[in-house]
Amino acid sequence: MTKDLHELTLIEASALLNSREISSEELTTSVLNRIEAVEEKVHAFVTVTRDKALKDAKSADKKRSSGENGPLLGIPGAIKDNMCVENVPTTCSSRMLENFIPPYNAHVVDLLAGAGAVIIGKTNMDEFAMGSSTENSAFFPTHNPWNTEYVPGGSSGGSAAAVAAGEGFFALGSDTGGSIRQPASFCGVVGLKPTYGRISRYGLVAFGSSLDQIGPLTSTVAGSAAVLNAIAGHDNRDSTSIPETPPDYTKSLDHEIKGVRIGVVKELLNDGIDSSIRSAILKAVEVLEKSGAIVDLDASLPSIQHALSVYYIIAPAEVSANLARYDGVKYGYSPVDDGTMWEVMEKAREFGFGPEVKRRILLGTYALSAGYYDAYYKKAQQVRTLIRQEYTNAFEKYDVLLSPTTPTLPFKIGEKTADPVAMYLNDICTIPTNIAGIPSISLQCGIEDGLPIGLQISGKPLDEEMVLRVAYAYEQQTTWHTTRPSL
Amino acid sequence: MTQNKNPDLTLDDVKHVAALARIQVAESELETIRTQLSDVLEIFAALQDVDTTNVEPTGHVNSVNSVMREDEPSPSLTQEQVLANAPQEYESFFRIKPVLD
Repeated sequence: MTKDLHELTLIEASALLNSREISSEELTTSVLNRIEAVEEKVHAFVTVTRDKALKDAKSADKKRSSGENGPLLGIPGAIKDNMCVENVPTTCSSRMLENFIPPYNAHVVDLLAGAGAVIIGKTNMDEFAMGSSTENSAFFPTHNPWNTEYVPGGSSGGSAAAVAAGEGFFALGSDTGGSIRQPASFCGVVGLKPTYGRISRYGLVAFGSSLDQIGPLTSTVAGSAAVLNAIAGHDNRDSTSIPETPPDYTKSLDHEIKGVRIGVVKELLNDGIDSSIRSAILKAVEVLEKSGAIVDLDASLPSIQHALSVYYIIAPAEVSANLARYDGVKYGYSPVDDGTMWEVMEKAREFGFGPEVKRRILLGTYALSAGYYDAYYKKAQQVRTLIRQEYTNAFEKYDVLLSPTTPTLPFKIGEKTADPVAMYLNDICTIPTNIAGIPSISLQCGIEDGLPIGLQISGKPLDEEMVLRVAYAYEQQTTWHTTRPSL
Repeated sequence: MTQNKNPDLTLDDVKHVAALARIQVAESELETIRTQLSDVLEIFAALQDVDTTNVEPTGHVNSVNSVMREDEPSPSLTQEQVLANAPQEYESFFRIKPVLD
C-alpha cells in the first residue's frame, strides 16, 4: 500500500475492513497517531476520546469476526462539540458548558454507535455554532489545514479541518446558515446539509430551531451518502423530524445525469463574488454539461438578496429564546454565591457567553421586544415565505440549483473578527437554503492561491438523492477530491 | 461599517434589551455593543421596502402540526444523572439563591 491508513477515503477504508485486510484497531490507531502528529498545527479537536475510540474499535472488530458487516462498522469519525455523547464533555466551545457532561447520546450518536462507527473525539466550533471562522470558540481557533494562517470556516470548522487533515474519515457538523457547507468549502471537503427534518436533532444543542440541521462532512460524495444513510430518518424525540423512511442514498449515486436540468443562480454569481470563484463555478458548469446535464445560466431567485436580513432577524430571535435556558441552575456555568438570584444569573450569562453569542441574544431580544415585533420578526417571516415560493417555482424548471458556496476565498485568522457584519456576509450563498429548508451540498471545484473553492448544489425538499447524484457525477470527472493539504 | 447610521438605537435601548435578556453588560462595553447592533439593524432596513401585503409568515418550513404520541412510560434519566451537572444541589434538589428577599 502506498497510502497511510488515515489518508484513505471512508469507502476505501470500509472496503479494507470488510475484506479483513485491516482491523478497525489498526485503522483507529492510525487516525489517533495522525491526530497526535498534526493537532498542534490544526487544533480541530476540543476533546480526543482515545480510550473510548480504541474500545469501540476492538468491539467493532469483534462484531466483524462474528459475522456482522456494514459500511461504517469500525470507521473512526468525529462529532461536532454541540452534539451530546454520553459521558463525554459537550462544550459547544463555550465557557458556559465547559464542564457539561451529558448523561445521554444525541440520536445521531446512537445511530452511529448502532452502525459500529468509532467516535474519536469532539470537534471545535464557533461558540454555540454562531460564527463563520471557528474564531468564536472560547478555547482556541482552529487552523485551515491548507494554510494554517487561514481560518477553516465555521461554525463546524473543527469538523471540516479534521476531515481535511486526515484526522477522521467523517465528521458530523450542524448547519443553521451554512455552518457545514462554508467550512467544507474552505477546507476542500464535502459537506452536506440535508432537508430540514430529515435528521433528528435530539441531543443537538439548539441554536435556531427553525433552521438547524445536522449533516456529514467527508472527503468524498460516496462517503457523504454512506454517513447520511446511517443518520437519516424519523425520531419521535424531535417533533420536527419528518416521518418518512429515507432511501438508500448510495444506490442512485452513479446514475448518469444526462438530461438533468441545472439552474445556475444568477444572483449568486454577480460582482459580489470573487472572480476566481466565478470562473471556477463556470468551469464546473462545463464539466456537468459534458456529462449531459442541461444548464441554464439564468436561473433567478430575486428575493434571496434579502435572505441575509431575514436570517439575522429569525436566527437571533430563536437564539434569544433557546439560550434563555442557560441560567446556571440545572447545568452550565454559574458564579453560584455572588449576589442575589437575579445577579447570579446575569453574571452567569455575562461570563459564560462570548461576545458573538451575547450580540445575537441581544439582537434577537430586541427584534422580539414590544414595538419591534411586526417591523422585524413578522416582516422577516413574510419575506421567508417569498424566498420559499421562489425556490418552489424554480424547482418546477430545474432539478438542482448551482452556486458558489462562499463569496470569497478563506480569509486570514484575525482578519474579520472586529467587524461582525463583514463576517456575516460570508454566508450569503448558504443562508438561502436554510431559509427554504432544502438540501444542499458543497464540494471542491477549484483552488486559488493554495486555498480551496466550493461548489454548492441545492435540490428539492427531501431530494438528497439528486443533490448527491449531481455532486458525484461532477466528482467523478474531476480530481479535486484526490488532493489533500500537506501538513 | 463601523460608523453608526442608525440613530434610533440609544444606550438606554441597549441597557433595556440587556435587562430583558438577563445579561449583565459592563458600562465600558455599552457603546461598542450599541454600534455593532446598529450596524446589523442597518442590514435589516432593506426588508422594509419589500412588499409583503397579504403574504403569510413562515414560522416553520415543514407544515408540521402538534405531534402527539402515546402516553406510555419509557426509561428516563435517574435523579442522580439529572443533578450531576448542577452547579449546586441540596438534598436531591437544584439549589438557587432565595427568590424572595
